[in-house]
Amino acid sequence: MSITIFSWTVGIYAVLIVLIFGRLIAGPTIPDRAVALDTMNSLVVAIMIVLAAVYDSVVMEDIAVVYAGLSFVSTMFIARYIEGGM
Amino acid sequence: MFVFFASFLMYLVLVWSGGKIPPVEFAVAFLIATVLALSARTWIPSYRFSFLKTLNPLRWFTFLYYVFVPFGVALCKANIDVAIRVITGKIRPGIVKITPDLKSDLARMILADSITLTPGTLTVDVDDEGNFYVHWIYVQDENPSEDAIYGSFASWARRLAD
Amino acid sequence: MGILEGIVVLVFLLVGIFFNSLGVLSLYRFPDVYTRMHGATKCSTFGTLFTGFSVIVYSLFRYFSVGETRFLVLIIHTLVAMAILLVTNATGAHAIARAAHRSRIDPKFAVVDRLAEKEGRRRASL
Repeated sequence: MSITIFSWTVGIYAVLIVLIFGRLIAGPTIPDRAVALDTMNSLVVAIMIVLAAVYDSVVMEDIAVVYAGLSFVSTMFIARYIEGGM
Repeated sequence: MFVFFASFLMYLVLVWSGGKIPPVEFAVAFLIATVLALSARTWIPSYRFSFLKTLNPLRWFTFLYYVFVPFGVALCKANIDVAIRVITGKIRPGIVKITPDLKSDLARMILADSITLTPGTLTVDVDDEGNFYVHWIYVQDENPSEDAIYGSFASWARRLAD
Repeated sequence: MGILEGIVVLVFLLVGIFFNSLGVLSLYRFPDVYTRMHGATKCSTFGTLFTGFSVIVYSLFRYFSVGETRFLVLIIHTLVAMAILLVTNATGAHAIARAAHRSRIDPKFAVVDRLAEKEGRRRASL
């Protein structure tokens, strides 16, 4: 029963990610796009956490940890690029 | 030294899978933690390790209490506040300046993160004198007191890390 | 047991979905990058935390009914992922906000901007 609920949640999050693409494409400035990308990253982490419970695999949780760290590094790089330090 | 302990424990926590940990994992953890600690010392030369301040268990328990009780309550309030603002669209934004008078970088980081996740505020910049520039989504006062922005978080940050 | 587990998990997941949708909605509803950042950062962090809580509750129920330690491992890894997300999201938002302000993007409809006053430039939009 819980597995069904988890699967539906993954579907809803996927729809939300598709909705974010609008802001990612239309955003008038670069920081807008960076914010959209950041939101997308945290949604992807949420999806990975839920899928780890669905498929009963701890490895996917590790991937979520690494993904969160890498998305933080990429956000920092984008911020530094916007500031003009690169 | 703190980096060494933190990465050693982190590796063991992530590698633990129910049963006993094989000894080779301890060796790998030791190796990785050594490399990380040495590189951290190269990157942050001013960092000094003190046993009394960092490994004091009372400080860690205070930190856990801070994360779960005052910070958690503020996080819930912040999200309900933002949810109402998203639905009604009532905003009056502005960037205000406050001076919490914190010395160490760690305390400033804790306070900045707390400000970002509490009701209606977002840290934009921190300058060298310790002035915080905070974006406030509904400005009630153009020269606000510290209490209006973050309540008692500055004294918490001072207790935890100054 | 199964019904109770399903209800608790459903409640946590509904709270998570609600706040994550509000975060996405705030990207479209607010006028400029700073206010968007308020909605997106806070709501998506909170929603993802609640999603993690639902997985933790599910694993706890499974651990007490089946009694295998791999559910405990799942709980620990979820907690690590949530802690990392809590720290990195706030710091990343702060970095983007500072970069946006340094690249001369003014907050729209702002009633006061002390940072621009300090840097000695006039506000373009008021």
